[in-house]
Amino acid sequence: MDQRVSPKPQATKGAISIRNVTKIYDPEGVNVLAVDDCSLEIGAGEVCMIVGPSGCGKTTLLNAIAGFHSITLGEIYLDGELLCGQEKPLSDQGADRVVVFQNGALFPWKTLMDNVAYGPIVQGVMSKKDAREKARHMLAEAGLGDVAEKYPGEVSSGMARRAEIVRALINDPKVLLLDEPYRAMDALTKSIMHEALLEMYDRTKVTIFFITHDLEEAIFLGDRVVVMTTRPARAKKIVEVDIPRPRDYHILSSERFRTLVQETKDAVHEEAIKAFEAGERELA
Amino acid sequence: MANVDTPATAVIKQQPTGVGLAWYRFKKSLGTTTPYMTVGGIALWLLMWWLACEVWRLPRFEKMPGPVGVMSELFARQPFLGISIFTYEFYEHVWASCRRIFIAFSIATGVGVPLGLFMGWSKKFRDYTFPLLETLRPIPILAWVPLAILMFPGFEGPVIFLATLASLFVTTLNTLLGVDSIDESYFRAAGCLGSKPKDVFWHVVVPGSLPFIFTGLQISIGVAWFSLVAAEMVSGDFGLGYLIVDAYMNNVTIPMVIGMVTLGFVGWGTSAIVRLVGNRLMKWRVRALALERR
Repeated sequence: MDQRVSPKPQATKGAISIRNVTKIYDPEGVNVLAVDDCSLEIGAGEVCMIVGPSGCGKTTLLNAIAGFHSITLGEIYLDGELLCGQEKPLSDQGADRVVVFQNGALFPWKTLMDNVAYGPIVQGVMSKKDAREKARHMLAEAGLGDVAEKYPGEVSSGMARRAEIVRALINDPKVLLLDEPYRAMDALTKSIMHEALLEMYDRTKVTIFFITHDLEEAIFLGDRVVVMTTRPARAKKIVEVDIPRPRDYHILSSERFRTLVQETKDAVHEEAIKAFEAGERELA
Repeated sequence: MANVDTPATAVIKQQPTGVGLAWYRFKKSLGTTTPYMTVGGIALWLLMWWLACEVWRLPRFEKMPGPVGVMSELFARQPFLGISIFTYEFYEHVWASCRRIFIAFSIATGVGVPLGLFMGWSKKFRDYTFPLLETLRPIPILAWVPLAILMFPGFEGPVIFLATLASLFVTTLNTLLGVDSIDESYFRAAGCLGSKPKDVFWHVVVPGSLPFIFTGLQISIGVAWFSLVAAEMVSGDFGLGYLIVDAYMNNVTIPMVIGMVTLGFVGWGTSAIVRLVGNRLMKWRVRALALERR
């Protein structure tokens, strides 16, 4: 199903299949349809960017995959195995699908090193010593060797976010789920973060499910950009990004890049207007 | 300004630690207004007290001993009224109160912190226990005095019981709020990193609620002193509360004020110890806050 995706021989795991997923929230006795009959196939090792108007239900999908929220109808599969479906509306949380959060969720009471080593230690897959050794190595690889013993509150938000991605990758996950991780960052920091993420991606070929509002970010990072409709969410349009990898920031000024951004913008804009006119409060 | 011989990078070669760090902070603080304001504030207060009681002898103040009277008695080798820092009895009172506080605060912390953590962590446990806590908590500690005296024999039991009880409610409630204050995303992050429930408890619930726990402990040790003194006044043979009420009964005012001043300093000391332990356990927070203030 994913012949479209640029070939990645190393990627053999992390295919997500979202089939007819519907999610109904019932916060105050009034049903709210957050996601309606949404289907989406994400190939192993693909970088899939999800864009759409605020509060359209993008995060609902991420929460369903990660096991934070249940789904009402439909199924989600990971590498052919059922994560959640009719009989089991809430998927189990596990280190094969690690989330990087919007506001950052490094434990502030642990050093970067202890944050990164945490996963392997609690899963019992490594001894404390080995986990720390690997954490040190991976932090150094991400350019965080000098701040490994610092607490998250002592480093810049860019460094913290990078460490959080390292904390996810040390578990060798099938899927990395990112929920607008670079939202609050300035453009310069963002572009550094993008290059670092692409570099890590080229090394690991992990499947990436990335929610964002920033269309340039979406085109720059993604293999495909999925434009969601306003609530209830559904895939409205899929933009194939045929810019070859490895990419660097020079492509930002290329003709092809601008065309793809414009194409995406047109699709999102239409939905944003609808969302604005509906004037409803955003759902998480 | 860094001159040629000492480039700026050479000046901050090593971060001072321990005594060196404390000395550095002290020197740095002398450059700010804080220490002078502190000394000035205390001096002004002492001056007002002295003027009101000993110089002007204002109405309502004539029965209150002034600072000179209190100090000369407090530091007298042969105290006229029998209590000064050179008498054995003074330390007996301080020791009796401190020992009771130590026991009461230890019990209250030992029970209250785990209780609060479990109430915050397990919804079921909270549903069982929260209404009970909320019913018992508003009962003023003084209302427990008669019951405490009936329940516990002797002087020691009721006093410690009352101080423990007051302290326990504060600690439990603050710990519970501490667990509530932890951002949901830390639980989620712990979950998707493969934590078992016990890992979530030890690595998220406990450290995440520490800031609230220690705020609670600061309040709780204050409340413990409060109820201890109240209890010692009603039922006691020694202790600073007893010293105050005993002086009142004997119609001598200076030991009364000596008791009060001593309580102030000892209470301050105990709070400082709690704060110190808290900062030790929350290095991550102290460092982040220090950077924010920079």
